[in-house]
Amino acid sequence: MSDAVASGPIAEAAGSRLRALLAGPLLFPILLSVLLIVVIAAMAVGGAGIPLERIPAALGLADPVAMTERDRLVLLSVRLPRIAIAIVIGAMLAASGAIMQGLFRNPLADPALVGVSSGGALAAATTIVIGDRMTGHTTPLPFAVLPIAAFGGSLITTAILQRLASRGRTTSIAIFLLAGLAIAALAGAGIGLLVFIADDRALRDITFWMLGSLGGATWEKVSLIAPFLLAMLVAVPFIGRGLDLLVLGEAEAFHMGIAVERLKRISIVLIAAMTGAAVAFAGVVGFVGIVVPHLLRLVIGPGHRKLLPASAILGAILLLAADTAARTIAAPAEVPIGVLTALVGAPFFLVLLLRQRGLAGL
Amino acid sequence: MTAIDVNALSVRVGAKRLLDGVSFKVAQGETVAVIGPNGAGKSTLLRALSGEIAPSGGTVLLKGRAPQAWQPRELALRRAVLSQNVTVTFPFTAIEVVRMGAGDRRGKAIDALAEAALAAVDLAGFHDRIIGTLSGGEQQRVHFARVMVQLACGEEAHGPGILMLDEPTASLDLRHQLDLVAVARQYAARGTTVIAIVHDLNLAALMAERVIVLSRGRLAADGPPAQTITDDTLARVFAVSSAVGRVPDAAMPFVLPHRAEKHSA
Repeated sequence: MSDAVASGPIAEAAGSRLRALLAGPLLFPILLSVLLIVVIAAMAVGGAGIPLERIPAALGLADPVAMTERDRLVLLSVRLPRIAIAIVIGAMLAASGAIMQGLFRNPLADPALVGVSSGGALAAATTIVIGDRMTGHTTPLPFAVLPIAAFGGSLITTAILQRLASRGRTTSIAIFLLAGLAIAALAGAGIGLLVFIADDRALRDITFWMLGSLGGATWEKVSLIAPFLLAMLVAVPFIGRGLDLLVLGEAEAFHMGIAVERLKRISIVLIAAMTGAAVAFAGVVGFVGIVVPHLLRLVIGPGHRKLLPASAILGAILLLAADTAARTIAAPAEVPIGVLTALVGAPFFLVLLLRQRGLAGL
Repeated sequence: MTAIDVNALSVRVGAKRLLDGVSFKVAQGETVAVIGPNGAGKSTLLRALSGEIAPSGGTVLLKGRAPQAWQPRELALRRAVLSQNVTVTFPFTAIEVVRMGAGDRRGKAIDALAEAALAAVDLAGFHDRIIGTLSGGEQQRVHFARVMVQLACGEEAHGPGILMLDEPTASLDLRHQLDLVAVARQYAARGTTVIAIVHDLNLAALMAERVIVLSRGRLAADGPPAQTITDDTLARVFAVSSAVGRVPDAAMPFVLPHRAEKHSA
């Protein structure tokens, strides 16, 4: 019996030592090493396999005799941009989830789950349909238009959600989730309506984009959405501690010296910008924003100054791995990436929901 | 020096007057208990003092300046607030919550300060425990330690500050209630101004050198415990009959309520 009593604190102490080690100086080297391994794997596998020993040559890092022109072409203009975009979007999805959970003090918040992605998607789909009519089917829309529209849609949705869920001093978790559900349904209905009135060409554009694929990645697109991720990383020192204190409530954060309204505005813009950019390129990809921060909190604790950058890296790892799987498991066909993340993420979310039931007051 | 200057303070929400023409001054280093029945406006008063809500009429000055005129960060170095029922949704450990009192300041000095504060509330062994797993009273003590860290940071920067407490003893057992009273008195002895909402009238008498009585948003009495906690006040404000006695060898009153009076309204 004494053993059973003693094992609790000892296990807890060992756990906290492991946590201290992983949360300490080892965290980012480990995460970045894993990312590097996944990148190399993603470079090697695909429709046209490139053996590992030929990769350095194809990148111009070793004697070019060993490479083929085909390897080079496949890597530089197809596979690497796609890897880059998977990294950027995975990082943005996970980081926007982590920020949203901090902002709403709710570990179940995720932009895709509570309609922020759908709001962005509705705005983007509207843009496709209207743009198609205005240009008279002649020229395709410049790509930059879609992220801007999706950003606007996501921003409006997040602001509405914040209004609905915050009453006085408290944010109701149940109202937050249910309002998000209603917003997602409303946006879904809007997209359905657009699909209904769209002509064939616009319909094809909408469908292709809604399936959520990372195919068709180019360096131009990468350079267009990467700044959104950069903005988040730059903001971490300014919002990280504030989000920690916000966990105690808005009043307490204010008592401890946080300019709460400013923190909320910055966070909402970041969530909307990253979600909008991700939606504009990859459609609605869910659950990365819930799964990644949750796993990390178990290991490194909930402090946002580490959680946000770590979420970005782990999100990049997961989405890149998922995308690599998506383009290989059914090759030459591709499984839509949103379907894959939902297959893994939805059961995970259910488990989380059951464990948090008491907390959510549902 | 005046720490808190409240002049004709009114707070309205819609048509409802939560506070109506309340005026008082608190000197630096004074200990004040605010008492009154439910709905008297005690929490509203504390929220107006802390800067959480702006007055609808009149003024509040903390160290000569309206709370809204301070940057939140600067205000936090001059007054600290311990609220009721703070819930922490994420798995922060006790020591992490205590360190939050320092805001974004970090370093060895802050760590030492946090350790000392956690020990001062008798929870040194709870260092790495997730705060959500602690009992209500233990959580309240962790938050008190957090507020102590905030006060210490403020004291280092600008001298003794103002400590605002909203029913700090509500979930504490008898011993820890007395501990908290002792700590509050120590702060006052070092020059910190303490203003606390207290439900337990005996505790108010024990803790404070001055008692402010609120009734229906107005100031009903203001003075030393012996003059404010009286049979008359209790009957008038709380609508209870009670026997107010005197603690031997002290000017401190104690209250034994025995019957609710019929509401005159």
